[in-house]
Amino acid sequence: MSETVIEAKGLTKRYGRAKAVDSVTFSVGAGEIFGLLGPNGAGKTTTILMLLGLTDISAGTARVFGHDPMREPLAVKRRVGYLPDTVGFYDNLTAADNLHYTARLMGMDLKTRGQKIAAALARVGLSEVANKKVGTFSRGMRQRLGLAEIVMKDARVAILDEPTNGLDPQASIELLELIRSLKTQGVSILLSSHLLDRVQTVCDRVALFNAGRIVLMGTVAELGRQVLGGGFAVEVEAMGGAGIAGRLSALPGVRSVEEPAAGRWRIACDRDLRGEAAAEVVAAGGRLNQLSLDQPSLETIYTRYFQGEGVRHAA
Amino acid sequence: MRREGSPWQGLGVVTLKELSDHFTSARMRVLEWLVVLVALAAVYGAIQQIRDVTAEDPFLFLRLFTTAREPLPSFVSFLSFLVPLMAIGLGFDAVNGEHSRRTLSRILSQPIYRDALLFGKFLAALGTLSVSLIALWLLVIGLGLITLGVPPGGEEMARAFIFLLVTIAYAGVWLALAMLFSVVFRSAATAALVTLGIWLFLTVIWPALAPAIAQAVVPPDNQEALLVTAQMLTRLSPSTLFGECVLALLNPTTRTLGPVYLSQLQGAVMGAPLPLWDSVMVAWPQIVGLIAATILLFVGGYVAFQRQEVRA
Ligand SMILES: Nc1ncnc2c1ncn2[C@@H]1O[C@H](COP(=O)(O)OP(=O)(O)O)[C@@H](O)[C@H]1O
Ligand SMILES: [Mg+2]
Repeated sequence: MSETVIEAKGLTKRYGRAKAVDSVTFSVGAGEIFGLLGPNGAGKTTTILMLLGLTDISAGTARVFGHDPMREPLAVKRRVGYLPDTVGFYDNLTAADNLHYTARLMGMDLKTRGQKIAAALARVGLSEVANKKVGTFSRGMRQRLGLAEIVMKDARVAILDEPTNGLDPQASIELLELIRSLKTQGVSILLSSHLLDRVQTVCDRVALFNAGRIVLMGTVAELGRQVLGGGFAVEVEAMGGAGIAGRLSALPGVRSVEEPAAGRWRIACDRDLRGEAAAEVVAAGGRLNQLSLDQPSLETIYTRYFQGEGVRHAA
Repeated sequence: MRREGSPWQGLGVVTLKELSDHFTSARMRVLEWLVVLVALAAVYGAIQQIRDVTAEDPFLFLRLFTTAREPLPSFVSFLSFLVPLMAIGLGFDAVNGEHSRRTLSRILSQPIYRDALLFGKFLAALGTLSVSLIALWLLVIGLGLITLGVPPGGEEMARAFIFLLVTIAYAGVWLALAMLFSVVFRSAATAALVTLGIWLFLTVIWPALAPAIAQAVVPPDNQEALLVTAQMLTRLSPSTLFGECVLALLNPTTRTLGPVYLSQLQGAVMGAPLPLWDSVMVAWPQIVGLIAATILLFVGGYVAFQRQEVRA
């Protein structure tokens, strides 16, 4: 990883005696999508607010492009685009006018504004409704308008708090696609979400939060190896055939076979056993309908990690 | 701690946006109607009375502002309760409104200081109030010209103009108070209620309560101290200060606003009007008091806003 864009060291936030964020340390590299993931109330939003200087830091340091958000807020805010959790706009103004206002706050002149706003709205697919009042916009359109603001700003890093929250699956897939396309333009992205599985596909690296602390950090594959002990998961769907489960379990390298539904098997194994599994199904006289290799799911990693913790504590 | 960049960056942008919001809002429509109705009612009432009573008065025009005719109050009494209502109406949701629209954190993540947002909102609301008050003032003077048929003298106009400025300062106090509570309370309804409560207390209850408090703390044999204390206490209310300013400015025979001492009466012809500048000096402490209260309340709101967590 070349350059560090965001750096948090021992970042802590106290509310009275309770610690909402407890000594969090992480860094986001240039051009990376970094996910702050964890259940509601884990401290993700509070961490983001401290990075932006929107709340005081109780202890530790935060640096954005080397600037301290408390002492040099303007330097930080010039380079960072922020999409708050459930972003709001002025409902009585049009989408374009809302962006004009923020663009003027950024100090853009009229000509640049016109061009950038049109381009940004086109980018997020809102050109058609540029002159409609935001009051009529759906949740997904508001989120996209928020992204348009970040695009317009030419932000070097985008901080997105729960960007897919409250969106239907289609809208959230589209939004994640937009986020990915931001990355291809060299924007570094820090995003938070409590929907682990939904965002795991876009994140290069993730930090899993629990009760104000980062419990796990790394790429999804690394975390999978670390918590699930490596290994692969192969899913088989077949019709007919007898004793398939038994045949699959007998394969060398198989650790376990589950049957979550009739005609579906999930094999945990040491290597990619798709070929062998297909052969066994056919040999048992079944018809193979589907065969897939699963990435470990973050949800599973998270849950499994805490089961492990529980056992350790109990012991 | 030195901060980089100007604290006023974005001030003009915020002020213009807020001004345009105010001028297109439904509240402004209400204000405009109030202005017209108040001007008509006040002039109508005053004209009748002035025609009946005052034949020869060097300050005939100023009577337009101060004369009441039952059951209508005079123009200045109209103003003394209309102005706080207008100011509170424009200020009570200044900051918490941005919060509930969830726009605050988006705006504050732009490269501006919070100073610019708060001060811009204050300037825009004060500008809106000033425009309404100037319109009202012009309307009353215009109606006066038509109905009285005599033009006002230069000194009368000067007094009326200073009175207008004082009214704007009076509006500033209530605006700053409303904005302070719009920072402190997350709910706009709570902020409005608390501000209105304080206004009622200071305007209606406090003038009655102050003498009672004075009696409780000052030994009863010292009449003078009692009077002075009571008066000092009532002056904690901006409404009292405004009333005293009005008295000094629009009633040129007013020589003093405190208890009268013999020394002040020496050489004075009772009933003779003071020159303009002397009248302003009589009201000067009150005028400064109004401006100082505005600044103090604004700074209070500013301090509260600086340290506030902005969670969308
Ligand atoms: N103003 C506050 N006062 C006290 N506790 C707070 C305050 N704001 C947030 N918290 C607590 O801080 C914790 C972290 O909240 P948050 O960062 O919003 O979580 P997340 O974004 O991960 O859902 C929560 O337990 C919440 O109750
Ligand atoms: Mg959150």
